[in-house]
Amino acid sequence: MRALQDALIITKRQLLQLTRVPEVLIFNTIQPVMFVLLFRYVFGGLGANIPGGYVQLLMPGIFVQTVTFTLAATAQGLAQDMEKGLIDRFRSLPIARSAVVMGRTLGDGLLNIVVLIVMGLTGYLVGWRPTSGALKITLGFLMLLFFGYALSWVGVFAGLVSKDARVVANVSFLFTFPLTFLSNAFASTTSMPRPLQYFAEWNPVSTMVAAVRQLYGFKNVFGATANSYPSKHPITMSLVYMVVLMAIFAPLSVRKYKNSSK
Amino acid sequence: MKSIVAEDLKKTYRNGQVKALDGLSLDVEEGTVLGILGPNGSGKTTTVRILATLLQPDSGHATVGGIDVVKNPKAVREIIGLSGQYAAVDETLTGWDNLVMFGRLYHLSAAQANARATELLEQFSLTDAARRPIKTFSGGMRRRLDLAASLIIRPKVLFLDEPTTGLDPRGRMEMWGVIEELVKEGVTLLLTTQYLDEADQLADDIAVIDRGQVIARGTSDALKSQVGGERLELVVAESDISSAQEIINRLTHSASTLDVGLRKISAPVANGSQSLIEVIREFDTAKIHPLDLALKRPSLDDVFMALTGHVAEEAVAETNEKKRKRGGKK
Repeated sequence: MRALQDALIITKRQLLQLTRVPEVLIFNTIQPVMFVLLFRYVFGGLGANIPGGYVQLLMPGIFVQTVTFTLAATAQGLAQDMEKGLIDRFRSLPIARSAVVMGRTLGDGLLNIVVLIVMGLTGYLVGWRPTSGALKITLGFLMLLFFGYALSWVGVFAGLVSKDARVVANVSFLFTFPLTFLSNAFASTTSMPRPLQYFAEWNPVSTMVAAVRQLYGFKNVFGATANSYPSKHPITMSLVYMVVLMAIFAPLSVRKYKNSSK
Repeated sequence: MKSIVAEDLKKTYRNGQVKALDGLSLDVEEGTVLGILGPNGSGKTTTVRILATLLQPDSGHATVGGIDVVKNPKAVREIIGLSGQYAAVDETLTGWDNLVMFGRLYHLSAAQANARATELLEQFSLTDAARRPIKTFSGGMRRRLDLAASLIIRPKVLFLDEPTTGLDPRGRMEMWGVIEELVKEGVTLLLTTQYLDEADQLADDIAVIDRGQVIARGTSDALKSQVGGERLELVVAESDISSAQEIINRLTHSASTLDVGLRKISAPVANGSQSLIEVIREFDTAKIHPLDLALKRPSLDDVFMALTGHVAEEAVAETNEKKRKRGGKK
């Protein structure tokens, strides 16, 4: 309980930062909105034969891509705190060892809520119309948030290990950017070379995109060629991925924080 | 009663390749100030980090306020304050935001945290800047705020790791004033510094460390006399060297040294300013006009030379680096 209260103070700090430096929030929402508009109008014509149009498949793809980038944001934030010596100060305080890292992941999670709302509205303006009803749509968004949260813990670990904000931001981006494209997020995996198709189908980004498409009431026509387990059960597979990521990286991160030194 | 005790602390980095602490021992009496004096890389920061529970020693034993720092770090954190070489505060937030946040993390209620923030901002003359982001603060203001953040719970033991490194002279003077006020209130303070004059000004007792060990311990006067006190240094025209040296030797009762190339004569003096006046008087009578004349107080480098027989390594490395750079520019 105490640990959670301490964590929430750290989260509050992050929200305060957003009010003091509103550029961060603005940039964080402009980028995904830009992606929505670009993909919608550049590749929109590709999906002439897709029921409801390309935008129906695109939006889940961009949602997942955006929450995937949480990894880099969290990593950068923690590495920055590390560089500035702020982590040292936190570690000299009588607070729970999990508080700082937990607070950071919660803060990045809250930021994702704002970003997803803005993106959802933008999507609606450009023709995205989920058909599955309020409950499933909400479930879809919850899954997205939880996916971002799980990746945020990977970011915590990366940030604590690297200690260099610029390096870790670049490395995380180099890692997550291809991951979001080697997937069914924007184009059909069937047009990829065989080995990439397998990778794309097992890629957590793909399972998430497929899961969210399903929850929004659209047939996932991008992928499912190899008839693999993840393409047949994307929701289950995505949940497994998230739980596994958290189970590995949450304890690792807390341990790393405990022993971290500048 | 001893507030801080460290016994035979050892710490190596990078799998044993770098020896940071090599059997360091020290103790600080309650309510007194110990200055740890040493060059970069001598183990000052490592010592502070171990005592402040941020780092575990490989071996050895340490207590702060009677509490073992390895066995019970959380209890230690309840009674210490730590302020580092750099301002470890959130720069995007205001001074007020920071102090309230740290207050809350020390488990003060919202009202208590607010009250304490107001109080500390007042005490450190930061009230006017309280609502500005730290980013806009001067170096000295940042350090003061950082120090304020370490005082939220009125710690019994305070660690200040190079509190004035990188500050301009004015910032340093302000910081010294603030620290002196704290010491009056009776906090036990362990302070690290690279500057002898800083230790001189603030510390009751000084521990000189080198290569992870305490190599000398005593009051600043005791250390300085170990180094040899002040030196008179003067540069004269070539034709005046022998007569000048004769006068110096007679007045200071010592054998002066001569750097022929620089035409610099140097001699230890017991009573600095008095000797200076006598030398000038005699020079005037003898019609010798010194080109340069100075009374040099022992610097950290001198203390180091005297105590270890080697120049502080960081300084040597820096000099070489400068030489290399200068060479590269040609």
